[in-house]
Amino acid sequence: MDKQKCAIRCSGITKTFGSVVANDGIELDVQYGEILALLGENGSGKTTLMNMISGIYHPDKGQIYVSGQPVSISSPIDAQNLGIGMIHQHFKLVEVFTAMENIVLGTPGKLPGKKALKQQVTQLCENYGLDIDPEKPVYEMSVSEKQTVEILKVLYRGAKILILDEPTAVLTPQETEKLFAILRQMKAKGCAIIIITHKLNEVLSISDRVTILRKGKSVGSVETAGVDAAKLTELMVGHAVSLSIERPEPKDVHTILKVVNLTVAKPDGSKGLDDVSFQIRSGEILGVAGIAGSGQKELCETIAGLLPAQEGAILYKKENILGKSPEQIIDLGISMSFVPEDRLGMGLVASMGMPDNMLLKSYRKGKGPFVDRAPAKELSKKLVEKLGIVTSSIEAPVRLMSGGNVQKVLLGREIESCPNLLITAYPVRGLDINSSYVIYDLLNQQKQKGVAVMFIGEDLDVLLELCDRILVLCHGKITGVVDAKTVTKEQIGLMMTGEMTEEEKKKEADEA
Amino acid sequence: MNPTVKNTREPLFHVVKHAERSTKETVVLRLVAVLLSIVAGGLFILAIGQNPIAVYGTILEGSFRSQMAIQATIKFAIPLCICALGVTLAFKMKFWNVGGEGQLIMGAVFASFFALNFPNWNHWVLVIVMLLAGCIGGGLWGVLAAFFKVKWGTNETLLTLMLNYIALHLVSYLQAGPWRDPAANGFSKIARFDKNVALDKVFGVHFGWIIMLVLVAFVWIYLKKSKQGYEISVVGESQDTARYAGIDVKKVILRTMFISGAIAGLAGACQVSGSDMTLSMGVAGGVGFTAIIVAWLCQLNPAMILVVSFLFGVLEKGSSVVQSTFGLSSDCADVLQGIILFFILGSEFFVRYSFVGRSKKGVSR
Ligand SMILES: Nc1ncnc2c1ncn2[C@@H]1O[C@H](COP(=O)(O)OP(=O)(O)OP(=O)(O)O)[C@@H](O)[C@H]1O
Ligand SMILES: [Mg+2]
Repeated sequence: MDKQKCAIRCSGITKTFGSVVANDGIELDVQYGEILALLGENGSGKTTLMNMISGIYHPDKGQIYVSGQPVSISSPIDAQNLGIGMIHQHFKLVEVFTAMENIVLGTPGKLPGKKALKQQVTQLCENYGLDIDPEKPVYEMSVSEKQTVEILKVLYRGAKILILDEPTAVLTPQETEKLFAILRQMKAKGCAIIIITHKLNEVLSISDRVTILRKGKSVGSVETAGVDAAKLTELMVGHAVSLSIERPEPKDVHTILKVVNLTVAKPDGSKGLDDVSFQIRSGEILGVAGIAGSGQKELCETIAGLLPAQEGAILYKKENILGKSPEQIIDLGISMSFVPEDRLGMGLVASMGMPDNMLLKSYRKGKGPFVDRAPAKELSKKLVEKLGIVTSSIEAPVRLMSGGNVQKVLLGREIESCPNLLITAYPVRGLDINSSYVIYDLLNQQKQKGVAVMFIGEDLDVLLELCDRILVLCHGKITGVVDAKTVTKEQIGLMMTGEMTEEEKKKEADEA
Repeated sequence: MNPTVKNTREPLFHVVKHAERSTKETVVLRLVAVLLSIVAGGLFILAIGQNPIAVYGTILEGSFRSQMAIQATIKFAIPLCICALGVTLAFKMKFWNVGGEGQLIMGAVFASFFALNFPNWNHWVLVIVMLLAGCIGGGLWGVLAAFFKVKWGTNETLLTLMLNYIALHLVSYLQAGPWRDPAANGFSKIARFDKNVALDKVFGVHFGWIIMLVLVAFVWIYLKKSKQGYEISVVGESQDTARYAGIDVKKVILRTMFISGAIAGLAGACQVSGSDMTLSMGVAGGVGFTAIIVAWLCQLNPAMILVVSFLFGVLEKGSSVVQSTFGLSSDCADVLQGIILFFILGSEFFVRYSFVGRSKKGVSR
């Protein structure tokens, strides 16, 4: 048969949610044996389009063709029968089940025996070069292992068309490479793949072709080989954008927070932070680098008063804040915003609208037993304007917003609370290029206002360009605090895997 | 290489979850459910050999035919409405308080203590003390379950459920032992309260109905406008987020369950001193459970709770008239109530899901 046959073609797809036109006459096609990247700003309608292909929504207008035939996909089961599998950004796995139990869950027909099933799963893994222990329960898995299970789930159901919605947003660079190897293998086997990602370097390295959405419309498709990051950004935003980050010189630096010999246990008893000491100064951005799970979360939560410390002290303006309640710490002007892997998990209330979310940390202010909502409404309107948040109305529950807009709400609130110390973890996770730069600008503005900013990030290039100093964590220990202007990416990479700087080694030796 | 579109037989229909339905659609769905329930109830009445129109007419007439009938209807609605308002607070926090029954009973017990022991106090002092005692009794019973939950993480559904039975058997013990009426010739029952205890009547119904109206407004304002109400919503949504926002989650749970129980307890106090004039095993009579249904049915909306409680009152009072007029057993009335509830609760399913037939156009949103 014709190898270049069209796997999926969308023609004139339109979908509206109330007053928001999420998709407006979209044209898209992907061939078997091809990887198509779908690129677009936050809220441009990528997820909505993919949800229609996988049967979660139904288009208001337009036609979807699978393998050349017009189809009507009215449920995920229809999609599955057509060989379409989608991997959502939020994993849909049963935590207490093993990998293989999750894989067979919900398949029609009689379940195979345990042995036969293990055999099948192992075979499948071999075919596509995946690596997973079929009998490992999901709750023991890392994010990337969970993702592998999701992929296996889809393959097991015989999918030939694979859709991945921002699969790399929560992966480390190494894990991303592994995922891409799997995708290339699948492509070689003739699968059609659509991948959504905001990271342009990933688009350039994995895809054959890129389709770009802008404000719900498809503005064109290009061969990846013929474009670069700047060109893609221009297509996506509609005008040329400078891709360099400013770094204003810090002024008036003085130490505002001093962490001394801090040791914190994780819930499972192991050490999350191990004898950590450093300082944060006002008027500068301190970057925190490290492989995911090296103690970043514990660091944030301990400073915010959510996690007790075993040893050490945290001195804020010379006062120990360990043991204070989160409420007291918020009142001191310390703001922590942690964008977790599931984005909404902590910091926002999914079912509430913007104004009620604005109130989350400030509702206690003001006398009397009642909440004053008027300022929160004003603030919401202001943020919508300032950060370009796309939403059908400020009262719409934030869970209906696109991922990127949700984050703008979170960070906007933290910044508007005028903190003295702003801790932000992964603030650009899942944000499009343009919004990411808006966030960097916001952080720089805070820095210039004399706020101490602690920025926990994943992308080393960004850390090197944006921060003044970078602290590197490895297994809960600090392997170095370095000047971002002079250090190289390779040096940081080494420190992230445990290599200490001379200075740290000396300190370590002194203490011994 | 290419997949052939598989020919496995699709099931006849799928159940598809809606993202969100518009208010208009929801209202229409509910109205249809009410209509269907009336039709189905009518079929049931036909099946037992009665004229549905006559029976339905009697229900309506029975609950509205005279001033006394209306007053009786309202008297049915009072404890139900108050109790539903109580559990609403807990439900808003996603704390599954199914102990409205027990909290109501404990409120009644605490109030009865004063009614039996100090009948000669100044009337208003006594009434106020009784109502407060009712609040405290119900509140403590509610807070007990919350305490175990925050301290040891016990399951609140089981605990509040079990506390219902403990409260009920406490009444049984009291009426057989310490509070037994010596004048009852060996019967185990508690004496009728003194006239001085009785709640005053306003427009022919004990003033519990004013308390009920005040509580409707209170719960609405408390949940929608107060800082504490805001805390309840945040805790209900995610305890992690609440902690992050600096909310003392344990305190909120304890406080809310106290208020929730206190409101149910107040219903109990009103019931013994306004309606029953004694404490008996039947003081709650399942009101605490019906209240759960009412609260859910109204989606925790206090104004709706008022309306629906009244409708339940109509059903209750009307059925009792039907029983006597048509000589139907009380079980028939229960079946009828069951049918109506079945349809209305069933419509909630369709608010959230719909069936999509094979190869038909799908539904979205
Ligand atoms: N169920 C819904 N109800 C109302 N509005 C919705 C719904 N789903 C999506 N939207 C709106 O449609 C628009 C497109 O959303 P979509 O999630 O498809 O964007 P996206 O391109 O995936 O963005 P991101 O990169 O941030 O994930 C957004 O403005 C969003 O608020
Ligand atoms: Mg999306």
